[in-house]
Amino acid sequence: MPPIPGSGLAKGLAVTLRTMTRKSVTAQYPEVQPELPPRTRGVIGLFEENCTVCMLCARECPDWCIYIDSHKETVPAAVPGGRERSRNVLDRFAIDFSLCMYCGICIEVCPFDALFWSPEFEYAETDIHELTHERDKLREWMWTVPEPPALDPGAEEPKEIAAARKAAEKAATAAAAAEAAAEAQEDQP
Amino acid sequence: MNDALDVALRLLVVFAVFLVLPLVVGQTEHKVMAHMQGRLGPMYAGGFHGWAQLVADGVKFAQKEDVVPKDADRRVFQLAPAVALLPYLLVLVAIPIGPSEGAVGRVVDAGIFFVLAVMGVGVLGSLMAGWASANKFSLLGGLRTAAQLLAYELPMLLAAASVAMAAGTVSLPGVLNAFEWWWVPWQIVGALVFFVAGLAELQRPPFDMPVADSEIIFGAYTEYTGLRFALFLLAEYAGIVVLCGLTTVLFLGGWHGPWGADGLGWVWTLLKTAVLAFVVIWLRVTYPRLREDQLQKLAWTTLVPLALAQIALTGIVKVAIQ
Repeated sequence: MPPIPGSGLAKGLAVTLRTMTRKSVTAQYPEVQPELPPRTRGVIGLFEENCTVCMLCARECPDWCIYIDSHKETVPAAVPGGRERSRNVLDRFAIDFSLCMYCGICIEVCPFDALFWSPEFEYAETDIHELTHERDKLREWMWTVPEPPALDPGAEEPKEIAAARKAAEKAATAAAAAEAAAEAQEDQP
Repeated sequence: MNDALDVALRLLVVFAVFLVLPLVVGQTEHKVMAHMQGRLGPMYAGGFHGWAQLVADGVKFAQKEDVVPKDADRRVFQLAPAVALLPYLLVLVAIPIGPSEGAVGRVVDAGIFFVLAVMGVGVLGSLMAGWASANKFSLLGGLRTAAQLLAYELPMLLAAASVAMAAGTVSLPGVLNAFEWWWVPWQIVGALVFFVAGLAELQRPPFDMPVADSEIIFGAYTEYTGLRFALFLLAEYAGIVVLCGLTTVLFLGGWHGPWGADGLGWVWTLLKTAVLAFVVIWLRVTYPRLREDQLQKLAWTTLVPLALAQIALTGIVKVAIQ
């Protein structure tokens, strides 16, 4: 059956009218903050208390945008007759965000959980040199790092929790076994 | 003395309507168009949902330099915006919005003739602008305007003639006094022809070939800046108000409505006009621009025969009921 003449015109009118009744997609950004998805890559925060200056992040960075300076300090022996230990102290940790390509390799590679993604994105500058942010600024951004999102229902347990649970269970069974053995000993005259 | 005061007051009211309603239509267009395209439209000017956007635009236009091209026909170039705008003010004087004597600027006995003739003058502004600008795009735009005027004035006149035949008068209040509700289905074809032809005469999308910005910059208005350009834009919106008002009065029964007290006829007129203005905006958002030859084809092979058929139908029914 051929289409009714003018049905295409009516369809066009229906489309625009339907669109008008829907909510518009405009984001009123400066007035209304955007709702960012979890794990948003806004800026990289540094939890410097965890940093051991292992330099893995700086070496893995494809853009070479991480600058780290450090020196060694000697810690006196903890117990009398012990050996002195040496420790790395962080002097400078800076990320040049004009070079950074937000690949997140530094965060992936950090073995001590010292680097995190923060959803903060409003750090535009008028001079490109001001985009190199030092450790104090990076530490401040740590406060904006959100909690890790909850696991999917039915997901595998995180490794550290699984290990902790296993250890606790082992300890519990050992304690129960010891108690049972003690009771058995008491029962015997 | 009292008569002079009365006339002055009426003209003042008509002038205020002439200044306010086109801006309201323009703001509605901003908003409706935005929402039909999934946007919000103006949100800042004036604070509340950008209500003062057109006022801000007007201030901007007033600040701009008024440039007249060196080779332009100076006098004609400067006069054109006024010629485009003023006819709509004159038409507005003759449109009745309520049944009482005070609800019309001036009762014109040959109202339909007056209104259609004066509306045709408005297009002359575009022709003058196109010719006087000394710009090939302006000239093309002007010529397209002329072709469009020739093509669409005829069906518009024929459709209006059908109503005049039905009412047995060419006075606008006379038409409304004779109006019965079954005139709407009876004259519906004429109404469609009148409305579509009116859109084409206002150069509104989808009939905006004379200003087709992707082809000929902005047609006849290419060389205009500042306040004169703003006057052309205002003329377009005043034209929408006038066209919707005329369609309401001629075909939709003006102040007649299913409910409402006697004093509230003007609400019906304004309501119907507003709905038609919404339709004008709706059509603009929905349809792409016609090609120049499609435009001519639509006028000569569709609208003119339809208008003639409407006149025949009107004649037959008129004879049958007498």
